[in-house]
Amino acid sequence: MRLLKIVPDDTNIDFVRLRYWAFGLTTLLTIAAVALVFIHRLNMGVDFVGGIMIEEKFMVAPSVDKVRKVVDDLKVGEASLQQVGGPTTLSIRLPRPESNDPAATNQVVEKVKAALAANFAGAQFSKQDAVSGKVSGELVWNGILAVVVAVLLIGLFAIFRFEWQFGVSTVVAIMHDVLMTLGFFALTQLEFDLNIVAAVLTIIGYSINDKIVIDDRIRENMRRYRKMDMREIINLSVNETLPRTVMTSLTILLALVALLIFGGHVLRGFTAAMILGVIVGTYSSIYVSSSLLITLGLRAEPTPDKPGKPNAATGAERVGPGNN
Amino acid sequence: MLDFPRWKVLSIFGFLAVLMALAIPSFFPEDMTKGWPVHPRINLGLDLAGGSYLLLEADTSQLVTDRVNLMSDSVATAMRKAPRIDVGDITTDGGKVSFMLRNVAQLEDARQRLSQMTTGAQMTGQRDWDIQVVDSTRFVITPTKAGVDEAIDSAMSGATEVVRRRIDSLGTREPTIIRQGATRIVVQVPGLQDPTALKELLGKTAKLEFKLVDTTADTAKLAVGQSPIGDQILPYPSAAGRGFPYVGYPANKPPVIAVRRAAIITGQDLTDARVQNDSQTNAPVVAFQFNTEGGKRFARTTQENVNKPFAIILDGSVISAPNIEGPILGGSGVIQGGFTFQSANDLAIQLKSGALPVALKVIEERTVGPELGKDSIDAGIKASIIAVILVVLFMLVTYGRFGLYANYAVVINVLVIMGVLAVLNGTLTLPGIAGFVLTIGTAVDANVLINERIREERRRGRSVMQSVELGYKEASRTIFEANMTHAISGVVMLLLGSGPVKGFAVVLLIGIATSVFTAVTFTRMLVVLWLRKHRPQTINI
Repeated sequence: MRLLKIVPDDTNIDFVRLRYWAFGLTTLLTIAAVALVFIHRLNMGVDFVGGIMIEEKFMVAPSVDKVRKVVDDLKVGEASLQQVGGPTTLSIRLPRPESNDPAATNQVVEKVKAALAANFAGAQFSKQDAVSGKVSGELVWNGILAVVVAVLLIGLFAIFRFEWQFGVSTVVAIMHDVLMTLGFFALTQLEFDLNIVAAVLTIIGYSINDKIVIDDRIRENMRRYRKMDMREIINLSVNETLPRTVMTSLTILLALVALLIFGGHVLRGFTAAMILGVIVGTYSSIYVSSSLLITLGLRAEPTPDKPGKPNAATGAERVGPGNN
Repeated sequence: MLDFPRWKVLSIFGFLAVLMALAIPSFFPEDMTKGWPVHPRINLGLDLAGGSYLLLEADTSQLVTDRVNLMSDSVATAMRKAPRIDVGDITTDGGKVSFMLRNVAQLEDARQRLSQMTTGAQMTGQRDWDIQVVDSTRFVITPTKAGVDEAIDSAMSGATEVVRRRIDSLGTREPTIIRQGATRIVVQVPGLQDPTALKELLGKTAKLEFKLVDTTADTAKLAVGQSPIGDQILPYPSAAGRGFPYVGYPANKPPVIAVRRAAIITGQDLTDARVQNDSQTNAPVVAFQFNTEGGKRFARTTQENVNKPFAIILDGSVISAPNIEGPILGGSGVIQGGFTFQSANDLAIQLKSGALPVALKVIEERTVGPELGKDSIDAGIKASIIAVILVVLFMLVTYGRFGLYANYAVVINVLVIMGVLAVLNGTLTLPGIAGFVLTIGTAVDANVLINERIREERRRGRSVMQSVELGYKEASRTIFEANMTHAISGVVMLLLGSGPVKGFAVVLLIGIATSVFTAVTFTRMLVVLWLRKHRPQTINI
């Protein structure tokens, strides 16, 4: 049986030469992403801005305008409606009532539920979230803290295990991934909630995973070909690991697409973020973090061995890519 | 390379078999597995099982004020003791108790009495109150942070217990009640669809007090809020209603009554409370029973105060002020208050479960209906199965036999994660299912790394044995480093994340740990066993 090879054996793309184009494009896209976040703003879920979210399932697809009218007539604040997961399910967002009475939120929810049940036969409540401003503020803070701490720790790990240039390039690439994800959410106006924070953290984890694999190969090749030019080493390493990079990304994308299509609407935002993150993360591994190492002045000069076992131990004479 | 002793093979199989076996009970209904000798179960999170999540926060400001007032009362009492120390101008302004000493010679005596009223707080070596003398005549008693923290802490422990008792009375299935941080309580009730009843039940502190009404008070002064010494003024439900003790109270003022500060008896002395129908009006009333000691005290006080009214006070508002027709013996009685059955029932539960030491407020609330939960599980399982099938096929067409081994590892890994999750008594949430699917994707990454390395080594012209050996050896280091960083982000999520982020992190971390074992050790064993048996000269990879 002939096996599938997505990346041909003799692939040798000059990624390093492309790096100025890549840097330019990356910078442009990142600026665009940040600008989008500032202009469009993120569509923050109740997790982060507080408020009430009710999800209602109808027997038949209701007219959104009619539902809006029913909710507006209750005078419980400006409602924003959205279809989720299909034409029969609507999410209704309402501001949190300005009252210290703990029962106030509940009264709003009860009113809406009752009005919907009265106006639409068979309408069924499926989910309800009410988050106070205090809690949402904390959730925002926790989310930011988690992302920052994760990035810093991973950067430190990379510095500890490799050279400082690896740490810096990795952190830069990850920040790029996070900003692109935020830009994506600003562009699509998909709801940004706690699940998305989990997605962002996972993207960080995945993206770093990808970079470490390439970094590890660069380090290995630096030790093996001490005389080789850094550009060549990086090109060689990225090309050598390319089959793995592509293979893994495709596998994860397969799993994620299954989740996107069949996983139900609750996870849709999460999965969309992940899919984008895998693509962006793979791109930044190849074009951002590796190429940045040259800019940061990484040299193949003999350096004291960091933890990581030198390859000489295998006693194997290696052959360069040209000898394949 | 081919050295793989039999004991190692057996222990790897055994280890994986045990972990997978632990996942089995989760596939069967709970009633069925009850009788099994070991039956760890994966709990379903509220987003999958349906139910309510409430985050309650204590309003500690009242607690702090009460504590200062109590201190002020105790100071007054302590100074009155013989030999009496004359004090004046006791205030609780600014959250501090302060008073003047009329006779400076008694300074040391006063200091001694006060110092007996403070104790060490927490482990800080600090006392719970700070005593200072200003201008050699004025004492200022300030609550210390350690003292306040300790008071809040003990109030929260009490509150958690009371919340638990109140929720238990609803008879719902396996509620979870956990203290979170200094002033919060998390309540999770699976299967509860309408949290209204729950919130009603937790919304009242239910501090019940019986106090004598001061019938001698000047009604004109009362109406403008001037209270006689030793009394407190409380709003009264309606002046026209039964039992209002004052004749000639100004009709245009909101009705209030003056009651003695010291309670005859409080809810702490209750042993039982339940709903009854009034024998005459058939309206719902709350019947209560005092403990022996409380019953005696109540009997004595009522005996001494026949024909005078006493007030039944709940959370600072008067419910009614019945007249004492005769001594109330036996330590039981009923509270009438125009209840509906529901409100009477709630009050009975609240009284029986004790008063909340602090008022609790709902600051976050999430409810998922059972339908959505079921839909989510179904969708999650469907997505997982499809994801597994896609990944398995992809691995098979790419790596052939080596892909097959990786696939065994993936399937085993899914079951092992479930087993570990069950043993840890973990909770599976919807983001957790996403974690599963993602783990399926990342777990094969280890095998991709190994297999690509083997391909590379083969291309370099190495023998089958050497390539496989080098493939595993070189890739293992990379796999370790990659998984370490992945684990770092997982740990951060677990420690700093909230709600769904945590649920996701748990599965992710378990998955990272188990996948290294299944994807590296287990597949290596399969490869070695095959190589040993067939000793192929060439491999298709």
